[in-house]
Amino acid sequence: MKYLDEYRNADAARSLVRAIAARVTRPWNIMEVCGGQTHAIVRFALDEILPDEIRLIHGPGCPVCVTPLETIDRAIALAARPEVILCSFGDMLRVPGSGKDLFTVKSEGGDVRVVYSPIDAVTLARKHPDRQVVFFAIGFETTAPANAMAAVQAARLGLENFSMLVAHVLVPPAIRAVLDVPDCRVQGFLAAGHVCTVMGAAEYRPLAERYRVPIVITGFEPLDILRGVLMCVEQLESGRHEVANAYPRAVRPEGNPAAQRQVAEVFEPTGRKWRGIGEIPASGWRLGPAYARFDAERRFDLGHITAEEPDACRAGDVLQGRLRPCECPSFGVECTPEQPLGALMVSAEGACAAYYRYRRK
Amino acid sequence: MTNGHPREVTLSCPLPLRDYPTVQMAHGGGGRLMQELIEGLFLPGFAAGRPAIPHDSALVEVGRERLAFTTDSFVVTPLFFPGGDIGTLAVCGTVNDLAMTGAKPLYLSAGFILEEGLPLDTLRRIVESMRQAADEAGVQIVTGDTKVVDRGRGDGMYINTAGIGLIGPRTDIRPGRVEPGDAVLLSGDLGRHGIAVMSVREGLDFAGAPESDCAPLHGLVETMLAADGELHCLRDLTRGGLAAALNEIARHAQVGIELEEAAIPVCEGVRSACELLGLDPLYAANEGRLVAFCPAESVEEVLHLMHAHPLAESPAVIGLVVDEHPGVVELQSPFGGGRILDLLSGEQMPRIC
Repeated sequence: MKYLDEYRNADAARSLVRAIAARVTRPWNIMEVCGGQTHAIVRFALDEILPDEIRLIHGPGCPVCVTPLETIDRAIALAARPEVILCSFGDMLRVPGSGKDLFTVKSEGGDVRVVYSPIDAVTLARKHPDRQVVFFAIGFETTAPANAMAAVQAARLGLENFSMLVAHVLVPPAIRAVLDVPDCRVQGFLAAGHVCTVMGAAEYRPLAERYRVPIVITGFEPLDILRGVLMCVEQLESGRHEVANAYPRAVRPEGNPAAQRQVAEVFEPTGRKWRGIGEIPASGWRLGPAYARFDAERRFDLGHITAEEPDACRAGDVLQGRLRPCECPSFGVECTPEQPLGALMVSAEGACAAYYRYRRK
Repeated sequence: MTNGHPREVTLSCPLPLRDYPTVQMAHGGGGRLMQELIEGLFLPGFAAGRPAIPHDSALVEVGRERLAFTTDSFVVTPLFFPGGDIGTLAVCGTVNDLAMTGAKPLYLSAGFILEEGLPLDTLRRIVESMRQAADEAGVQIVTGDTKVVDRGRGDGMYINTAGIGLIGPRTDIRPGRVEPGDAVLLSGDLGRHGIAVMSVREGLDFAGAPESDCAPLHGLVETMLAADGELHCLRDLTRGGLAAALNEIARHAQVGIELEEAAIPVCEGVRSACELLGLDPLYAANEGRLVAFCPAESVEEVLHLMHAHPLAESPAVIGLVVDEHPGVVELQSPFGGGRILDLLSGEQMPRIC
């Protein structure tokens, strides 16, 4: 398969691993930010073939895992309303809210549908003028342009029965939150390639300078990830802290200006709660004034639904690299993908779920 | 969190869902929830005191004859998909379940649950597909039933088929015979049916999707049974794909299974669709593929016989049964590391990004 096979070549992977081993002189902790990268690392067992000095720490870049409990509760409340068709990406359906998940609401008669594109939700709204179609818009900067496009189309079509439950989050504030933790062990970052395809590299430079950490924009195939690790190790070993691009086939320095304009037209920055991390200022997007009429939280008055997140798991330790998922006493015992104790066990991109699926022994 | 007030990052989450009080889609998805439903509810209800054998058909004795007996229900939407329709599936699915015991499929029943308003022409086309598939498989549909439900209470139509087949006196093919040292053979590439059906579902049209692999496999099985060497077990791959089939067998036979990822054939169309949707072809549904377990000394001959049959398009040895890690299927990555090939909870869900 063009553009995939050449990035999954085992010989090329081994020679990159040799290059990393030749360069590394001491232990380094490197965080891959994106859940898609975590998934690939565990699926292709890349952490097992890297030199022992390199420890990969799995970051908070899985949108399913960080969407806060109260947002899920709001989605569940919406889905239970008889007039609502709730549209969501597939892996959101299994995430438990305070009491139940969207699968359960569906089995109780709620109209919950899996869509592959936010535009499908707009189409559904046109098809069902007698129903309220709500799209559960989660994700990082990557999914934001398409979600913004859905709002623009709904406005163009004058749809009164379409709205969005928006829970967008942003990568740079999350990196800052990780770095602000006392005794943070992360010494370098593999930034999420597809986020940078949209946003470009500029917003990472102040972070790299201020915290003196290399940030390498990295793709998602095995060779992409190994190349990202190599470029990060080269900087660490030579005491540099720059923003570098290991994914130039998808990321231009300026990102995608058209997508950025689309996002800026529809969304505005807002503080967001992150599951397990808490409130991070200006760490997300919500619908801006021009599109606020499509905000499901206002239309259905969901503000009263709040939820406190009980401390039930050690995902924080996993996130900081103090604990590997399989070292957690609950891992695979009382915490499994069927009965997750923590958000990291819920999504396929969560570090614990990736370990459970591929490493349980 | 502001720069002035750093605090510990602790991801946390709500209390888990212990179990579902109502039936979920995942209870029918071929994964862990379905396994729990069968083992926790159906087996205690229907088979208390008898050993539970995860075989595709029941084996029953009538006089001196040994019969394979099985049933299957078909609820696919849409009714027509590239490479087949619900009628082809209803015949092939039951024929294949019989064939996996080494039986010669003989007679089928067909029960129809029709939704009010279904065009008779649609029904006619599906009956014609069933007739063709039955002719191809050499089975007769000898009894049936029809019920009609109110409009809106069914997806056009559901079909149930049951079947019986005759097992030869020396044939003994079952999961319990799988033992360390057996080779794992796969008859062809994976995932065509699952991706073909998905490609025509609402909101997900994509070009270049493969056709379903839907086909009756008893002819291939008959060919394989002609080997001088032994066949220990056969399993057709359906919902839950290769992963579900191998996990079930590993668990029942209490053996480990080690697979070579690079040896498992997946065609370009399925690979591309899976990459696009964030799915894994090892979990995708098939309707015309089987895995066979046979001792090392029979491998060459069985493989040779499979090659000669048109339904085994790209047969391959994909792995080995081992003593280690009983009940667990492991996959060797081409990069050198290994990983577990586990059962999923229910159906695969496409990932967000």
